[in-house]
Amino acid sequence: MSSSHLKERAAQVLFGIAAGASVLAVVLICVFLFANGLPAMAQIGLPEFLFGTTWRPANDIYGIFPMIVGSVYVTAGAILVGVPTGLLTALYLSRFASGRVAAVLKPGVELLAGIPSVVYGFFGLVVMVPFIRDTMPGRGLSLLAAAVLLGIMILPTVITVARSALDAVPKKYYEGALALGADHERSVFRVVVPAATSGIVAGVVLGVGRAIGETMAVIMVAGNQPIIPDSIFDGVRTMTANIVLEMGYAADLHRGALVATGVVLFVFILLITALLNAIKKRGEVAS
Amino acid sequence: MSAKMTRACAGAGAGDAAGGGAGGGAGAPAGGSGARDRFDVLLAEHGERHQQKRRVAAALLRLVVRAGAVLTAGVLLLLIGFILVNGVPYLTPSLFAWEYTSTNVSLMPALINTLLMAGLALLMAVPVGVGSAIYLVEYAPRGSRFVALVRTTTETLQGIPSIIYGLFGMLFFVTALGWGLSLLAGACTLAIMVLPVVMRTTEEALHAVPDSYREGGFGLGAGRLRTVFCCVLPSAVPGILGGVVLALGRCVGEVAALIFTAGSIAQIPQFAEGAAALFDSTRTLAVHMYVLASEGLHVNETYATAVVLLVMVVVLNLAAAAVVKKMSKGARS
Repeated sequence: MSSSHLKERAAQVLFGIAAGASVLAVVLICVFLFANGLPAMAQIGLPEFLFGTTWRPANDIYGIFPMIVGSVYVTAGAILVGVPTGLLTALYLSRFASGRVAAVLKPGVELLAGIPSVVYGFFGLVVMVPFIRDTMPGRGLSLLAAAVLLGIMILPTVITVARSALDAVPKKYYEGALALGADHERSVFRVVVPAATSGIVAGVVLGVGRAIGETMAVIMVAGNQPIIPDSIFDGVRTMTANIVLEMGYAADLHRGALVATGVVLFVFILLITALLNAIKKRGEVAS
Repeated sequence: MSAKMTRACAGAGAGDAAGGGAGGGAGAPAGGSGARDRFDVLLAEHGERHQQKRRVAAALLRLVVRAGAVLTAGVLLLLIGFILVNGVPYLTPSLFAWEYTSTNVSLMPALINTLLMAGLALLMAVPVGVGSAIYLVEYAPRGSRFVALVRTTTETLQGIPSIIYGLFGMLFFVTALGWGLSLLAGACTLAIMVLPVVMRTTEEALHAVPDSYREGGFGLGAGRLRTVFCCVLPSAVPGILGGVVLALGRCVGEVAALIFTAGSIAQIPQFAEGAAALFDSTRTLAVHMYVLASEGLHVNETYATAVVLLVMVVVLNLAAAAVVKKMSKGARS
């Protein structure tokens, strides 16, 4: 009796420790990022670091404003490309597709989510970049290429989340609209979509998080000049790209500045996560 | 009079059928019975026009929605088709040679490293993730503050981009613990990265197990531990496996988290010489492909490597679907 009691206690403690692992991971990540990034930020000076428009490690000038702007531009472009397409696809899968079409398209979307980002990046490099170079001004490696590629990459995120939100709308909403004389399309767009708004917004925010954190695919197509772009055909460097491109050979303050770039990115992501939680909470209260 | 009425009607027509009806009710008593007939005709006309407009709008909406779906499907087909068409012809035996040289750019060492790395990462992430989910679902008291904290941190981990994991792995495993660019550092970084994936899917799978299973276990006199392992876990296995395959897929495709933790030496660690091989720098298939693509010297081989990566991902996806299907059938019968 007491040995089995002991076993039960031990198991509970063990599972509890396992549950603590994710807390420990977050704490460690925060501590190591901030401990390595903040001193560099302090040495450079926070305003100079965040709003300086010149990034010249050789002269010890570290301003990451172009990279922040780059990340924001690229993400905004991805949203412009990916969200309408993704939402329409989610609507199609949820309310318009016949069973057989959905049975093909749904695994297709899952596959799209599984494709590694290097493969996306390579596709962008050999297909989109030459196309943009041939048909539009600039060298092809551009904000435009990165935005379109990221728009494709966030599709599965937006589709999956928006679709499950649309599927979760109670059937009686749709049927009620039909009974009032609305046709299928009007019922879907005027009744079902508004009812699923909080889920759809959550999908978009999740997409923003993916787009702003994406690294390898962006590096391969964006050109990576640390300058604020004048047009969508100019090259652009994101915060993520900044880290990967230079971390390999950086030392001392340069290395600290790169980690600090990671800290800024991390703060962006934390804000997005908080926003997501707020949306989810509001959705729960409303429903 | 008639012209005035038409105008009034057209004004109401901008609204919907209900608005038109109200306008008719206000106008009818002033006109007498002849006017009422005329008005009915107008109303019918208006209704028809309105319906026509709705039909056009509906068709347009349908078209737009279809176009979105077609665009998604088209992108998917273009991407996969392009890679396959350009890559399959270059799947030559020399690409699968045992030793990597700068002329044959063999992907074999990278392929084996991928399996090693992913296996090692899952070996760490799965027990912890599953144990953690068991605690949250089966053990934790309702509304405990610790559970809320774990939930929040898991969500945070899930949102962190892989480059941040890479940065952390470099600062912690590689530098602070002094492991250097190594298989172990890479695997540990990946393990943290996929931990939330395993946790979330296991949690969902456990939640889906009906409470009657637990009650049955307790009713037969089993303790909590036994109930969990004999009654609850077996029927949650498909969901858990689905999560494990998902995690495997993320490990296979990861680059940003590995490039500064595992490095990019294209060699299989020398396990013949003992466990010290855990501290050898390795290059997984995805990293291999990134290096090839950024060098730009072996474009055809890069296509072929992409094909192998794609095939791996597709096989993993199919396997996950098959496992879930088969297991859920088995559970039902």
